[in-house]
Amino acid sequence: MTATATSTPAAEASAAPTQLTMAGALNAALRDAMTADDRVIVYGEDVGPLGGVFRVTDGLQAEFGEDRIWDSPLAESGIIGTAVGMAMYGMRPVVEMQFDAFSYPAFEQMVSHVAKMRNRTKGRVTLPMVVRIPCAGAIGGVEHHSDSSESYWASTPGLTVVMPSNPADAYSMLREAIESDDPVVFMEPKSRYWSKAPLALPVTTAPMDRAEVVREGTDVTLIGYGPTVRTALEAAEAAAAEGLSIEVVDLRSLSPFDDETVGASVRKTSRAAVIHEAAQFGGYGAEVAARVTERNFHHLAAPVLRIAGFDIPFPSPKLEEYHLPTADRVLAALDTWEWDA
Amino acid sequence: MSLNVEHASVRTLPSEKPLRLLDNAGHAVTGAATGGFGLPDTETLLELYRKMVVARRFDVQVTALTKQGRLATYPSAYGQEACEIGAVAALTAQDWLFPTYRDSIALLTRGIEPADILQSFRGDWHNGYDQHAHRTAAQATPLATQALHAVGLSHAARLRHDPIVALTFLGDGATSEGDAHEAFNFAAVWQTPTVFVVQNNQFAISVPLERQTRAATLADKAVGYGMPGYHVDGNDIAAMYAVTSAAVERARSGGGPTLIEGVTYRIEAHTNSDDPTRYRAARDVEHWKRRDPIERLEKFLVSEGALTEAMRAEITDAAEALAARTRDVMTIEAELDPLELFDHVYGRERAALLEQRAALEAEIAAGAFAGHEGAAR
Repeated sequence: MTATATSTPAAEASAAPTQLTMAGALNAALRDAMTADDRVIVYGEDVGPLGGVFRVTDGLQAEFGEDRIWDSPLAESGIIGTAVGMAMYGMRPVVEMQFDAFSYPAFEQMVSHVAKMRNRTKGRVTLPMVVRIPCAGAIGGVEHHSDSSESYWASTPGLTVVMPSNPADAYSMLREAIESDDPVVFMEPKSRYWSKAPLALPVTTAPMDRAEVVREGTDVTLIGYGPTVRTALEAAEAAAAEGLSIEVVDLRSLSPFDDETVGASVRKTSRAAVIHEAAQFGGYGAEVAARVTERNFHHLAAPVLRIAGFDIPFPSPKLEEYHLPTADRVLAALDTWEWDA
Repeated sequence: MSLNVEHASVRTLPSEKPLRLLDNAGHAVTGAATGGFGLPDTETLLELYRKMVVARRFDVQVTALTKQGRLATYPSAYGQEACEIGAVAALTAQDWLFPTYRDSIALLTRGIEPADILQSFRGDWHNGYDQHAHRTAAQATPLATQALHAVGLSHAARLRHDPIVALTFLGDGATSEGDAHEAFNFAAVWQTPTVFVVQNNQFAISVPLERQTRAATLADKAVGYGMPGYHVDGNDIAAMYAVTSAAVERARSGGGPTLIEGVTYRIEAHTNSDDPTRYRAARDVEHWKRRDPIERLEKFLVSEGALTEAMRAEITDAAEALAARTRDVMTIEAELDPLELFDHVYGRERAALLEQRAALEAEIAAGAFAGHEGAAR
């Protein structure tokens, strides 16, 4: 995906562009952040000698030593809870939840402490910590390896929730998340870990709390994030062949929501649909549809659509293709609008 | 005795009978029951006595104020003074405390102002004191969650070669929580300078200890994590102070965490909204009232001739002065600014929050909350 990378302001590019995966870009971001600031520490399950099950921390323990990056006991609440204490002390912990469905034991720490610390202490205690969560499906994972848990975090006041869709954003947004004085839930779409883009590091893309128009169009706004940005771009490409001009917005940030960028696009196109892998009912798309409608109703020619996963537990690997939104399903949904009005 | 010696034999079970330095009659205990710990010096015991008397007066005062409707709730620590004070008195000002909602008197002992401690129980704001200034975390309401914060903070300090210790309180009920297990295990695996003080006050609101555990003592659990555990008479402040001091020193010198169980009793209800007559007999409460931690130390200090009438009068005066100050500050309604609700959610401004703030401001300006607390301004 090059749209974001080409819109990047000239950063202090130090190397000629090379093909880099999202996992590689995240690895570079961690390495550069750890080099720049010795308060940055990394721990979680298998992040040490193994380099993480997705190899995002590959080679970092050998480079920085066990006092900077280490394998913790296998307990997600323990990982998040101890990170709270470390952040209180002044560290900048970057911790990993191995898979999103494995993060649930940490829910209480996240909701009751991570999200609320700044508020309950009137800003006297802040938690500069990043919780990296590999998320979503389409990797052929067995049960409990493909959830989309973003709406749990996004609906929790006090958390900042972002999800890059491409290697350039992965690098830039992770650096920004680590530099943030507030806790950031950094969601990494597993199916995009191996996507490549030509990249010269370090790269600075748009601020992580902003959405970006990654393809311009005039007839429809497709809103995606993480893995569904590619779905939206595929749909836009296919639709272009039939004369339908689709604009694609990559949300990048789920909390906060960039009403400005999304609203401007919707007011231009007058039609909007949001795409995500998570179940539709009570999913993040419900918030998107509601906000877009509330703020832009008189500019809309049709109801805001949600193209989402079914309201079912995530399927087994051989059935996940039926569940996940596809470009065809997106285009079929757009066909349900009345287009003559 | 040196806890460093103990560290080599952490598979040793804690004593079945609670370790004790002063018996209920105020006599110094000798022999095996002391676990080898020596009685703190008289000057220290006098200071602990003073702190307990002042803390109890504060606790009684706040319970009274709560009954008068001045506070939304107050979880009393009446009867647990030896655990609370004995443990925190073993800390230096550089060490950190991670308390629970029950531990207001420990906060008082750390030097936090009554008005600041009680902000949350009055309902003004969730946490009212400067955590960094007092090295005391917010009082945790979710059970055992703060124990992990203590482990994380003390581990970070250790990584920085900063010789501080974090002490956290847990209740007997909290030991059933997953976070207690994770905190014990992380602390032991990482060898963090953390001291866990379990105040076994016999009840988790209404549920008695036998419904929480089949373990013979809560201190026994330490063995499974590979750390030392101490089963201590929690109404004997001499023992609580001596054992905690040794644990703090061991943690500070790199010896890792310790689990201390103080066996005590919650004399008051869980909070003012609780009715303990539904789940425990009055005679049990009376039994424990006869094991009062303050009277025990007082008997000892008087028998030693260390506590004079003049000193008692002076301590009572100090306690009364604090109670009066507490009454005074609780009588003054805090000025609350509803618009501050939006000020501390994120460090970076959010457009949607600014919109909501403006909407509330307009509502207030239009008189929607006229006469309500805080909204008149």
